[in-house]
Amino acid sequence: MTAGKKKQGSQIFIVTVTGKDRVGIIASIANIMANANINIIDVSQRIMADYFVMMMGCDIAGTDISLEEIQRRLDTAAKEMKLNITFQNETIFKMMHRV
Amino acid sequence: MAITVEEVFETVNMTLQHNFDVRTVTLGINLKDCMDRRTDGLCRRIEKRIIEKGLALNQHADLIEHKYGIPITNRRISVTPVSLLLEPLPKTISTAVRVAKTLDRAASKADIDFLGGFGAMVQKGTTAAERNLIEAIPSSISATKRVCGFLNLASSAAGMNMTAIERFGHILKKLAERTEKGIGCAKIAVFSNVPEDNPFMAGAHHGTGEPDFSLNIGISGPGVVRSVIQNNPFCDLTELSEVIKRTVFKITRAGELIGREIADLMGIDFGIVDISLAATPAAGDSVARIVEAMGVSRMGRPGSTAALAMLIDAVKKGGTMASGNVGGLSGTFIPVSEDTGMIQAVQSKALSLDKLEALTSVCSVGMDMFAIPGDTPADVISAIIADELAIGVINHKTTSVRVIPVPGARSGDIVPLGGLLGSAPVMRVPQKAAKSFIQRKGRIPAPMHALRN
Repeated sequence: MTAGKKKQGSQIFIVTVTGKDRVGIIASIANIMANANINIIDVSQRIMADYFVMMMGCDIAGTDISLEEIQRRLDTAAKEMKLNITFQNETIFKMMHRV
Repeated sequence: MAITVEEVFETVNMTLQHNFDVRTVTLGINLKDCMDRRTDGLCRRIEKRIIEKGLALNQHADLIEHKYGIPITNRRISVTPVSLLLEPLPKTISTAVRVAKTLDRAASKADIDFLGGFGAMVQKGTTAAERNLIEAIPSSISATKRVCGFLNLASSAAGMNMTAIERFGHILKKLAERTEKGIGCAKIAVFSNVPEDNPFMAGAHHGTGEPDFSLNIGISGPGVVRSVIQNNPFCDLTELSEVIKRTVFKITRAGELIGREIADLMGIDFGIVDISLAATPAAGDSVARIVEAMGVSRMGRPGSTAALAMLIDAVKKGGTMASGNVGGLSGTFIPVSEDTGMIQAVQSKALSLDKLEALTSVCSVGMDMFAIPGDTPADVISAIIADELAIGVINHKTTSVRVIPVPGARSGDIVPLGGLLGSAPVMRVPQKAAKSFIQRKGRIPAPMHALRN
């Protein structure tokens, strides 16, 4: 297990997906998460015109896979489906948007 | 309160669309305890320490980059001013060059792109070892790739060391002649009131008041600030200042989080967050374009100084609210060659050397990364430096000069420097300045307001 995943701070990560809508976006991301034993705790999505915007909260406490590897799998999916996918620890959003 | 979708996407768009990054994490390393009477002993110890810590810095920065999804563009090291390490050693140029080469090799082995600290604090006077270091600058900086140098030539408390300023004009010309297009001069900056915890190159060093290690972080994000200004085209300047403050608050908080976590992982002290807006040659990453987005028709025209002053003040206020550890240079850099808007301003004759100097009286650093013809006399270079440092001394602020006298170039030429250094338009400089004044040497005494005790 890598040092970045030591049991310190939040284990919640936020996945964002933006891009042109198509069949199977959520299924594909959910699959990656399930294979990594990552629990999805929240999903919100909307479609603006043809544009797909999704935010997914997930708990990585149960996974043995490194952050780098998860990121790599998401990057591969992003390339295949021509999407932008980000994967970031939720603390960054709390720090930036809450005093 | 839970984070909203809008807030998440605001952050995501900062990195995806507006080049938001942590510009540098810079590890300050104390090397004083490596000192030795023998050059071999010193070199062995500093190389070992820099490699060990540099590799750890890279490893931990990678981890945090993956965790938070914010790019950490540069990982750098700053060390104790090298003139101190040279004190017990033989006063020869070859000794200084050997130390510089050791630093260079260590940085290379640790995969660190720049290492700062080959410099000296000589604002009041110069020791024999410091004089030796200054004389060794052309050989040392030209013989190394990753080593950056600095000299503090003036301060508000001590005045200005005009003997060293006079000498530096000659040193810089020698260095320019030894490197292609004078590019070696991009690796050395001279200062008044140099901060001892600045994470940005070329002036980074680990000052004598610092602990054994300190992790300093430089955040940036001119693209993010420009984008919020463009999204608020009709608000008045008071409101605009608020908008800038709020944005800088957010990016500073990201920097603080990332810096603290890397420091924790390394088991060392967290130093400071430097909240400087730093341009890069990348499209959209320009400070000049921010000033233009505020409503100035071209950077350098009347209105630029006021707009820049307001921008820097708002940046500082947003930053200090976000972090209790704001330090370094904190403000805004206006390097000419690294900023596409600044280059265009020079080419369109909106920005002259005189106006650049005026802008630096309100910006956080100084006259940075500008090129002048290689045949500019040394005393003119010294006079430009003296003027710029005087602004810092009298106004109790940091000012610096990083100038490249490009051999063979004429004013109006464009000199591509490559990579992050961008392209430098060669600026017009008078051939005559203040030769007799500069050649008087000595020290300009500290200003009246230095006597505040």
